[in-house]
Amino acid sequence: MEINFQIAESSKVPPKEGFREAFILHLADNTLILSQRNSEWCGHGPVLEQDIAITNISLDLIGQARNFYQYAAQLINTNRLSGSSKLSPLEGLGEVDEDKLAYLRNEREFKNCLLVELPIGDWAQTILRQFFFSTYQFYFYTELKKSKDTQLAAIAEKSLKEVTYHLRWSSEWVIRLGDGTDESHQRMLNAINVLWPYTGELFQPALYEATALNNSIGVDLNLINPKWEEKVKEIFTEATLPLPGKTFYQAGGKEGKHTEHLGYILAEMQYMQRAYPNSEW
Amino acid sequence: MANILSISIDNIKGILENVMDPEVPVLSVTDLGIIRDIKLEEDQVEITITPTYTGCPAMDVIAMNIRFALIEHGYKNIKITTVISPAWTTDWMTEKGKQRLREYGIAPPNPKQIVCDTNHFAAEEAIQCPHCNSYHTKRISEFGSTACKSLYVCNDCKEPFDYFKCH
Repeated sequence: MEINFQIAESSKVPPKEGFREAFILHLADNTLILSQRNSEWCGHGPVLEQDIAITNISLDLIGQARNFYQYAAQLINTNRLSGSSKLSPLEGLGEVDEDKLAYLRNEREFKNCLLVELPIGDWAQTILRQFFFSTYQFYFYTELKKSKDTQLAAIAEKSLKEVTYHLRWSSEWVIRLGDGTDESHQRMLNAINVLWPYTGELFQPALYEATALNNSIGVDLNLINPKWEEKVKEIFTEATLPLPGKTFYQAGGKEGKHTEHLGYILAEMQYMQRAYPNSEW
Repeated sequence: MANILSISIDNIKGILENVMDPEVPVLSVTDLGIIRDIKLEEDQVEITITPTYTGCPAMDVIAMNIRFALIEHGYKNIKITTVISPAWTTDWMTEKGKQRLREYGIAPPNPKQIVCDTNHFAAEEAIQCPHCNSYHTKRISEFGSTACKSLYVCNDCKEPFDYFKCH
């Protein structure tokens, strides 16, 4: 209880954290939240094999999230010892670990893109979101492999192999549904309408991303944006789906300003640790 | 001294060959190719392992089982380190491991250069059925019962089987 109170108070203060920790938490939150979202399909997939596929992807994403959280925790703890940590919202947590970072931060401290927190919708919406995000991750990790931060480069190298499978799987499903029946085509069109306005945020760097790039540990989003567009165009063409043009897009997630959906995800995901602190099984 | 050291490392290797993957119990951690290094300094044993998939839930159990096996054989000061680079690949799996997989009813991984790219609807790998040895097989799903496997079915003997996918 004490922990909750302290975080709630301090989170009113705008977070001033080290850019490297913020950048890593952003990557961790992206993967954790999408993993949590996709796992909603567990036991509800349209066919057994695809139920297993989407939950396997969830498992890979949570594996990536663990790597990022563990690394972030290590940096935060080290910096705190040396007195240089400015991670004010995390002060109440004492020494942090991967679980505390996932279960005990509040909505405004999460830095994931809005795209990953949107509801799963129908199968078309889940597929399209996965395709947009896997394409983004594929090019992002390809660049992150060159990061001067060797730990980040290693996580990218490892994760890229898994994302390759995700990208191929989701590409095939976009084509299958887009170029499928009238019903599946229509559902893909609906999914594009819902999700497209959330794709722009992927390529709009937050301050910590820009700083990370300037320090040679980050990724140039301007570089991967055209590659992402090219891939989406290629798959949409084969899927007989129209490619929307440049449009107004929603943003803010990277800075902690989320849609109402994130609160519900966290309420469910964090409930156990909040209600029974330090419980294990 | 060098001799004693190499004998001890051989001894540890022997112990590790009997630590099995909890998900695929015919494969030892050595067969899987996840043991990256064994170091012996004074009384400390350091085993470096690498995960197969980032989210593989078996990894924690494997690290614990390695520790238990070493304790059982009298080692006390044990350190288990995890590295993720270079990333694990099925090419590190031993031939013995592949043979054991086949006997267990799981098709062993093909060499990785065959697939593992992003091209959609690429030609499927030719996977040999572990039951009847036919190559006349079909992929049902790229994702299987664990992160490391995909699902296939044999068109000849009609049996479904797991394929330990290339990675």
